[in-house]
Amino acid sequence: MAMIEIRHVSKWYGEFQVLSDCSTEVNQGDVVVVCGPSGSGKSTLIKCVNGLEPFQQGEVIVDNISVGDPKTRLPALRARIGMVFQNFELFPHMTVLDNLNLAQIKVLGRDLAAAQERSRALLKRVGLEAQAPKHPGQLSGGQQQRVAIARALAMDPIAMLFDEPTSALDPEMINEVLEVMVALANEGMTMMVVTHEMGFARQVADRVIFMDEGRIVEDATRDEFFGSPRSERAQQFLSKILRH
Amino acid sequence: MFSDFDFDVIQRSLPYLFKEGMTFTLTITFTAMSAGIVFGTLLALMRLSPFRPLATVAGAYVNLIRSLPLVLVIFWFYFLVPWIGQWITGAERPVLVGPYLSSFITFTLFEAAFYCEIMRAGIQSIPRNQVAAGYALGLTYGQTMRTVVLPQAFRNMLPILLTQTIVLFQDTSLVYVLSISDFLGAAAKVAQRDGRLVEMYLFVAVVYFIMSYGASYYVKRLQTRLAVPR
Ligand SMILES: Nc1ncnc2c1ncn2[C@@H]1O[C@H](COP(=O)(O)OP(=O)(O)O)[C@@H](O)[C@H]1O
Ligand SMILES: [Mg+2]
Repeated sequence: MAMIEIRHVSKWYGEFQVLSDCSTEVNQGDVVVVCGPSGSGKSTLIKCVNGLEPFQQGEVIVDNISVGDPKTRLPALRARIGMVFQNFELFPHMTVLDNLNLAQIKVLGRDLAAAQERSRALLKRVGLEAQAPKHPGQLSGGQQQRVAIARALAMDPIAMLFDEPTSALDPEMINEVLEVMVALANEGMTMMVVTHEMGFARQVADRVIFMDEGRIVEDATRDEFFGSPRSERAQQFLSKILRH
Repeated sequence: MFSDFDFDVIQRSLPYLFKEGMTFTLTITFTAMSAGIVFGTLLALMRLSPFRPLATVAGAYVNLIRSLPLVLVIFWFYFLVPWIGQWITGAERPVLVGPYLSSFITFTLFEAAFYCEIMRAGIQSIPRNQVAAGYALGLTYGQTMRTVVLPQAFRNMLPILLTQTIVLFQDTSLVYVLSISDFLGAAAKVAQRDGRLVEMYLFVAVVYFIMSYGASYYVKRLQTRLAVPR
């Protein structure tokens, strides 16, 4: 069953077309990795999935709800889709624990005790229970990103979106974040992940999408993609990033 | 040179100067600050709204107020507020407002335009993805502003908001045009009555200086303390 369906989505910034007729889907429990050169529209596409970016043409359906439909209550839909950003975007004026509690209380209506319990369990899961009373600025980048993942999970999402979750990290911190993501994938979470970590893609991706200049150029199973990508652009791209 | 001066007049009038004059000055300063920041923040949100008419109205208001001399605004409001009150309540004649209430309303509305611009800069200084992160969690626009954006914007702008309040504190002395006994007004009355202009105005200047300078010194220290990493 398709959890996320993207059908013929096009989007313009004024004259500039940032997405051109993009179509793909993510089945329940699948992990889809999105890669492609910088500026190819990966962030824009993933932000269309939870309605953070409006689009002019096409349809995005998440769990049978149309994201672009003006009647859709976006906050309610977004509450069910977790999102992790490149720069973590923890709220710097709140403690780690309050970062996790906030939306549980304001959006899901949990009482403080229930929210705290869930928050602490998730912090424990990402190995950061002891950091609960600290502010995000006191944590390393890898720790902040793990908190951000825990914050998204606290909403009990039906799917998770990741936008280059390890790109802002020092190399030695990338693995601690990827480990959390791999564990999540193995538990059957539906995930759409913009990343250039091809090791992660090889390990858990069901499909890999390659984007270039606003188009989905390649949409293949993992084995197809790493075996022999069909488009030349994808081949070039792969050889470039795999050399590192 | 000070031999002819009677500095005793200051001592004699202290209770009046402070209990009446300074009390009014501080009351109007803090009222206009609190209400002005609230109203100014609303104006800032309007100015940043993607809904054009809202942004235009707020922008026009702010630019108008900031282009007029404060004294003029004080006069205008004093004469206009009764008519506006009549228009709002639908009363038969202009609503009696009086100089005190009129001055509170004027300063709040006037300062709101300045606090608006400060809060606007503060809101714009927050990374766009902080807002996106709030939305992504399912928070509404109002919730995202209240819990994510405004607390950070307010904190970042606190030194500038307070500096603006020090200017406000000095500007409140302009209520003398409505014959209100603020700190300056009270001193002026004593000065006229006892013919001790130099002594009283000297004293008033010293008090304004000490309070304003002390406050800005405090703001500077606060600034270094808030500059700790985010
Ligand atoms: N708000 C915006 N206004 C205009 N152009 C934008 C805006 N946001 C992104 N773009 C442009 O859209 C293109 C795709 O951006 P993005 O989706 O962030 O790419 P990626 O995540 O693949 O690096 C880029 O060329 C970028 O400059
Ligand atoms: Mg991007």
